[in-house]
Amino acid sequence: MSDRQLANSHLGSLEYDPAPESAAIAKLKPSYGLFIDGEFSDADSHEQFETVNPANEETLSMVAQASAVDVDRAVGSARRAYDKVWSKTTGAQRSKYLFRIARLIQERSRELAVVETLDNGKPIRESRDVDIPLAAAHFFYYAGWADKLDHAGFGVDPKPLGVAGQIIPWNFPLLMAAWKLAPALAAGSTCVLKPAETTPLSALVLAEILEQAELPPGVVSIITGDGSTGAALVEHPDVDKIAFTGSTEVGRMIQQRTAASHKHLTLELGGKGANIVFEDAPIDEMIEGIIDGIFFNQGHVCCAGSRLLVQESVADEVLRRLVRRVEQLRVGDPLDKNTDVGAINSAAQLLRIRELTAFGESEGATRYTSSCELPQKGYWFAPTVFADVAQSHRIAREEIFGPVLSVLTFRTPEEAVAKANNTNYGLACGVWSEKGSRTLWVAERLRAGVIWANTYNRFDPTSPFGGLRESGFGREGGRHGLEAYLNV
Amino acid sequence: MGRVASVEQVSTAPLRLVTDQDRSVHIAATIAVPAVESEAQLKAILTSLSGVDAVGAEARAAKLSTRSIKKSTKLTAIEMAISMVDLTTLEGADTPGRVTSLCTKAMRPDPRDLTVPSVAAVCVYPDLVAHARSVLGASPVAVASVATSFPSGRASLNVKLMDVREAVLAGADEVDMVIDRGAFLSGRIGQVFDEVVAVKAACGDAHLKVILETGELVTYDNVRRASWIAMLGGADFIKTSTGKVTVNATLPVALVMLEAVRDFAETAGRTVGVKVAGGIRTSKDAIRYLVLVNETVGSTWLTPDLFRFGASSLLNDLLMQRLKQQRGAYVRADEFSGD
Amino acid sequence: MSDARLDVRKTYKLLINGAFPRSESGRSYEVTSAKGAFLANVAQGSRKDVRDAVTAARAAQAKWWNATAYNRGQVIYRLAEMAESRRDELAEHVALGEGLSARASQKTVSASIDRMVWYAGWTDKIAQVLGGTNPVAGPFFNFSIPVASGVVGVLCVQESSLEGFVDAVLAPICVGNAVVAVASESRPTPAVLLGEMTSSSDFPAGVLNIVTGLTDELAPVLAAHEDVDGIDLSGVTPEAADGLAALGANSIKRVYRPHERESDSSLRRLRAFVETSTVWHTIGQ
Repeated sequence: MSDRQLANSHLGSLEYDPAPESAAIAKLKPSYGLFIDGEFSDADSHEQFETVNPANEETLSMVAQASAVDVDRAVGSARRAYDKVWSKTTGAQRSKYLFRIARLIQERSRELAVVETLDNGKPIRESRDVDIPLAAAHFFYYAGWADKLDHAGFGVDPKPLGVAGQIIPWNFPLLMAAWKLAPALAAGSTCVLKPAETTPLSALVLAEILEQAELPPGVVSIITGDGSTGAALVEHPDVDKIAFTGSTEVGRMIQQRTAASHKHLTLELGGKGANIVFEDAPIDEMIEGIIDGIFFNQGHVCCAGSRLLVQESVADEVLRRLVRRVEQLRVGDPLDKNTDVGAINSAAQLLRIRELTAFGESEGATRYTSSCELPQKGYWFAPTVFADVAQSHRIAREEIFGPVLSVLTFRTPEEAVAKANNTNYGLACGVWSEKGSRTLWVAERLRAGVIWANTYNRFDPTSPFGGLRESGFGREGGRHGLEAYLNV
Repeated sequence: MGRVASVEQVSTAPLRLVTDQDRSVHIAATIAVPAVESEAQLKAILTSLSGVDAVGAEARAAKLSTRSIKKSTKLTAIEMAISMVDLTTLEGADTPGRVTSLCTKAMRPDPRDLTVPSVAAVCVYPDLVAHARSVLGASPVAVASVATSFPSGRASLNVKLMDVREAVLAGADEVDMVIDRGAFLSGRIGQVFDEVVAVKAACGDAHLKVILETGELVTYDNVRRASWIAMLGGADFIKTSTGKVTVNATLPVALVMLEAVRDFAETAGRTVGVKVAGGIRTSKDAIRYLVLVNETVGSTWLTPDLFRFGASSLLNDLLMQRLKQQRGAYVRADEFSGD
Repeated sequence: MSDARLDVRKTYKLLINGAFPRSESGRSYEVTSAKGAFLANVAQGSRKDVRDAVTAARAAQAKWWNATAYNRGQVIYRLAEMAESRRDELAEHVALGEGLSARASQKTVSASIDRMVWYAGWTDKIAQVLGGTNPVAGPFFNFSIPVASGVVGVLCVQESSLEGFVDAVLAPICVGNAVVAVASESRPTPAVLLGEMTSSSDFPAGVLNIVTGLTDELAPVLAAHEDVDGIDLSGVTPEAADGLAALGANSIKRVYRPHERESDSSLRRLRAFVETSTVWHTIGQ
């Protein structure tokens, strides 16, 4: 018997048959063009690149590589649309466009979920139950702001910024597109959106949805491409605003490149979230929360709880239960409805995760890795927990962006806060305790843009999300999310 | 736009689980639970239990109920569920005739298909135990009797114990008692504990299921504490409900109880079963509970010895779903006997 | 012999608890178009109908308030969808009742639907605008949230049979109240139609109740009913309003009277039927 079977011999003899969702529901086309001025067209150079399914390395489709020429055309169309149409469209009208988009996402939700899982590698359960519903909800929420901007707290009749260039990451492709487009359109700005190069497809289906919603041409352009496309967008002189979500490394470059320009900028970057567990945490829900915090979305989450700071008095018991729970995670075919952890998004990301994990071992931390079987093809990494991690270890300081948890201990609330804050990042933290006053005391002192108490990785369009310090600036969600696209 | 270089060069150190040889801290289970000698000691044990975050518990139960159980797994689960049913009739209007029907169905749920397992037990009021016993004869189907002034439990301890003794004398293999919720909710947990102990003693060889009546306990914290009181008092099974109140078994409540039996098994070294009762009508519901068991405590509990469904109409839905799996088409309810 | 098809005429009934009963009094009254042509015999609601409607509203309100704001928004948006798909019917009744041209009534219907969309979008934002945290001078986390008052009685404005009705009922509903509305006496049919549409919009039974009838007869019942938390006096004369407000004082009702010219983006109606609930929580290790 394998290690896993030994460990699990007391667990689960109700073996689940495969329960695959059908890939055909995605209705993928063999290739997609750029969505500019309300229609699909080839890239100027006719250059294309493939996007693959990270679960099996098979090609899903070919998408266009947008060059500076295409970027210029897209920005031009966004500017024309802004000047001639969108800036003259009333809030009530914009509101109704956004409601339409939200409804269409709901109607095509199953198709979108399958597309997302195929292109990203995340389990279908997550695409279906988290990504797509949240994307629709985001459009619903901001639809309702478009006709109420007077009440958003930015003064009467706040004006939009104009043309927004938006660059999004590969971890929540459709959701990130929603987070960018919805508030921008509600505020009255027009958009040029560049999806990540490894996950362009759901944004392209969204483009079809924008067509179905009869959004005026040019209000939103969706241009696919690699880093050079993003760079061209950042540098384009006729863009009023840049919104970027991605790594701190790239965010830094963008900030440098736009520093001397007139462009407004918001950044949502990396993190090294600390999940703080006190001895009076509700134990079973806490274990789930830690698991959720780092293994949800394969750990490809900027706000992941990638550090567990556990009170020393309960560290042993927590670790024991954690390792037991990790063994239960079902890793495998993302299209299987019973899969908990899917594929790593790309070979490049897998390389990074392996490098840092190898480092963790060499630094002296103790490694526990699930003994789950990994598929032969595709990019896979088994959920891993490092115990006995020190603050100075690289795996305690650097963002791994994978299913790897580093466990450290603390003795007092003050020490927990100090350790949690001992990072240049400041995106998210979790606090687990049944004592409300202490949770609030800790929350007040944590330098993080989002703090979850007795839960983790909860998102809602009404709730502002964003970081402190090197995790970026600006907020998405809530009333605050409008600020990024208003000239206030 | 080429592919990224292959990853073979990077170290892929052997992946392993925690074992005794690891440098890591291999944690033995926590201190075993001592025998309870006083109410103060019991209170200390209960206070040391972790609280339950309701939002988290409900979210976990909801997530587990999205498991997709199809094909052969579904058939296995349905048959497992059938074998775990305590086929129940607990009405004021019960008669020997009614009990005869029930027992006949319990032994052979589908007379045309003898591969269908018999249910685990029948569950009746104490004054019908003897009749049930006579109908069931030597069949493996057990006779479970409710007792202790079911469902309210509002009577003197003497009366409640007499209720138990008579059921056992009449031939009950299992006794389903109710805890004193009034005592629990007013903080007299020592009394609740003592009653469990006393009933266990009165059971003799019969197995004891302790009904917590979770709908009246309301909070998950209470359910956790009541579970532990029952287990410490000697329960062989802890059971959610009498089925006679508005709120009966729910997935999150079952989750909390399963966590309790798991933790109890690790600390006190004894395996206690769980019975969910009341409001479980469809195969879909039943399968959700089995998934919960599977992923909380594991396959050791996936046996009628450690998991039961207290139900009546559930059996026919299980039979229908089983037939549908075999025939590939939806079937009529009238395919099976009404009782 | 005429081949003209005889149409199936509608009976205009009350909306109470998601069902469409006639008045328990068995009465009806004649409603004519603005030009005086017979339109319909509409149910003439009684004090007992009002009583039943209030009971239904009270029962429904707790559940409505406990639904997520997102869910409430979805329900109201769906009402807008229904209204849009039946806009011609609404326009016809607005035209007949208010004596408007087809064009003007279509415009009114469009404006009304846009208002519904406006209210749909408020459900999950009102807390962010009316609520907030308060920086008290001490180690406390202090926050204020707007809580729905409960059951709101609405005496609908008499002249604006659709637009005015939408504002009057959706404002309290979108912030979580349940409503008992007395429709415009002379022009009740658009309200009744909209009431029918709530049935196909996932509106929980009892959240919106509509009693048609004589305003003067029903207003005091609503104003005096002690289980009604707030009352909108738009549909009565200022003099009558004084008397009703005094009646409402018995149970300390929240009373709303419209301003002469209230801007479209005013939040007055939304604020009228929420209560501010403030929570303190200690902060300390």
